[in-house]
Amino acid sequence: MSTRRLVLSRSAAVIGAASTGLLLPEIVRAQSNKVRVGFMLPYTGTFAQLGINIENAFRLAIDEKGGKLGGRDIEWFKVDDKAEPSKGIENATKLVQRDKVDVVIGTVHSGVQMGLHKVARDTGVLNINPNAGVHAATRALCAPNVFRTSFTNSQPTRALGAAMAAKGHKKAVWITWKYAAGDEAFEGFKEGFIASGGTIVKELGLPFPNVEFQALLTEIASLNPDSVACFFAGGGAAKFMRDYAAAGLKGKIPLYGSGFLTEGVLDAAGAAAEGVMTTLHYSDSLDTPKNSAVRNAFASKFKTMPDVYAVQGYDAGQLLILGANAVKGDFSNKKALYAAMEGVTIDSPRGKWKMSASHNPIQDIYLRQVVGKENKVLGVAAKQLADSGAGCKMA
Amino acid sequence: MDFPTFLIQLLNSVQYGLLLFMLAAGLTLIFGIMGVVNLAHGSFYMLGAYLAWSIGAATGSLTMAIILGVALAVLFGLALEWLLFRHFYHRDHLDQVLLTFGLIYIFEEMRSILWGDDVHGVPVPELLGASIQLTHNLSYPVYRLFMSGVCIVLALGLYLLISKTRLGMKIRAGAFNRDMTEALGINIKRIHAIVFALGVALAAVAGMIAAPVSSVYPNMGSQVLIMCFVVVVIGGIGSVRGALISALLVGFVDTFGKVLLPSVSGMLIYILMAAVLLWKPEGLFKQ
Repeated sequence: MSTRRLVLSRSAAVIGAASTGLLLPEIVRAQSNKVRVGFMLPYTGTFAQLGINIENAFRLAIDEKGGKLGGRDIEWFKVDDKAEPSKGIENATKLVQRDKVDVVIGTVHSGVQMGLHKVARDTGVLNINPNAGVHAATRALCAPNVFRTSFTNSQPTRALGAAMAAKGHKKAVWITWKYAAGDEAFEGFKEGFIASGGTIVKELGLPFPNVEFQALLTEIASLNPDSVACFFAGGGAAKFMRDYAAAGLKGKIPLYGSGFLTEGVLDAAGAAAEGVMTTLHYSDSLDTPKNSAVRNAFASKFKTMPDVYAVQGYDAGQLLILGANAVKGDFSNKKALYAAMEGVTIDSPRGKWKMSASHNPIQDIYLRQVVGKENKVLGVAAKQLADSGAGCKMA
Repeated sequence: MDFPTFLIQLLNSVQYGLLLFMLAAGLTLIFGIMGVVNLAHGSFYMLGAYLAWSIGAATGSLTMAIILGVALAVLFGLALEWLLFRHFYHRDHLDQVLLTFGLIYIFEEMRSILWGDDVHGVPVPELLGASIQLTHNLSYPVYRLFMSGVCIVLALGLYLLISKTRLGMKIRAGAFNRDMTEALGINIKRIHAIVFALGVALAAVAGMIAAPVSSVYPNMGSQVLIMCFVVVVIGGIGSVRGALISALLVGFVDTFGKVLLPSVSGMLIYILMAAVLLWKPEGLFKQ
């Protein structure tokens, strides 16, 4: 490429950025009397469906209560964060500085969450996190204005260890992707399993998102533990279960996992998933009036069945309604708003849960087993489990 | 690690290496013969996998899906070559990188529109569904051995095509000296179109064959792309023989690295690449 063309194209990029307002001084807007709610979620890319389900369920929760927050109408804003960690801060800043939102609902990806988290801490904007399970957000870097309605990465696996020990397993091999979410999931499993008298024979890992499991499956066979526990999600999870079955390990060494192993991939995994046991704070098949009511409402409105992500989005909506009602829509009264949100009990499709001191759900974790393309609930693996919130000091 | 386990791991590494070879062969062919850096190569792998899934689901047969899928992939390759790549042979590598990088996004978006963002499984054909018992608790899926067989057949076929046939001679001549070859009355444009379609078909076949064990999911192409480049760079850009040796080497290092040195396994193949490049800056087998 000639230098001149390079210069031209770069200038064009700068002009383009300027015209979209990135380089212009902020235009101060008159405060309207509407509550400004901003979604920062992935609407394109691998996590697109998660973002869409979260927003739909959030709006469903608001609409069910009359479509207002503390008596005020709502103005909606949206940013597609594309699950792109390098743009996390920039995208959050767009909502907070440009759109002047009162609350940011987001996001899905833990790396992006840390960008949003920094902006929330710096500007003090209210943030309700409907998915990303990264520990720091409600541990060492917890903040009064940041609430989570989902889980911490170690919460589901914290209950897994005890459930496996209860089934008589003493020696387990752990396998996961070596990245933050995998490491945090392992932390939970290790605590739970060792506390219940189990031993972890070996910790196996491969770089995210590598899916060549064959070498590690051979290793598992030669170690011959009495059980295997894992953390995988999405396409990699389907492949892991298929490979596990194809290697002849299924039926010889029982496979357990964090519930994300069997969320949304049961069709892809087919028979290989049958019988796999996992722990999670929700299951599609939970037989409660609240769950069936929300599932029916969601399905009839959006023509698709809700999943665990939708439930987390729905609860984010419920949480915001309760907070807004307590201060009659006055979002500037932060102290009372946060106090109200801290004290809530949410009547969720997953069952009732409370907010912990570090702003993460204290919730039941269910033991589930895959039976015919469904996660069937076997029972509660851990009752009202709280994340440790280690290192959290609210300013 | 006892001896039987070592042998099984060796089998794993050869099997993985052969799959990598099939993926990288098309990339090295397109680069070596036409000098085009094709970042969209991984997208052809993804295309193959999605074709295997969608045609397989519609016709109920993976064999049918592969036959139809290969034909579609070849047509797609020819069309792409005619529309875009043809105009980039003489351009700077940076232009080619920009074009093919853009194509990755276009293909991902088209995949999302056409097939959605869900993960799908492709059933293993019943004939190959069995497993061979190796130790008391480990068995080896026959389908994986079949994959290796297909890779070996393709490698042989590629070798024969390039070194023993008239078309292969023209291809080599064109890569060696384009203008001279043209002056001798050989239609180099057609040769390039054929090679490009062949490269696309190889990647698509790899995707189809691998679909039953890898499942089919968004962004699957970008994951294999990096491995492809590592294989091609270690083997020497443009060398098919180099790609084969290098793919087996990468398969070996990756497999045993995961087991013996798990904490650094993610880095090992890149360390291998750096070491090879220090020793032989143009790869093991420079063309």
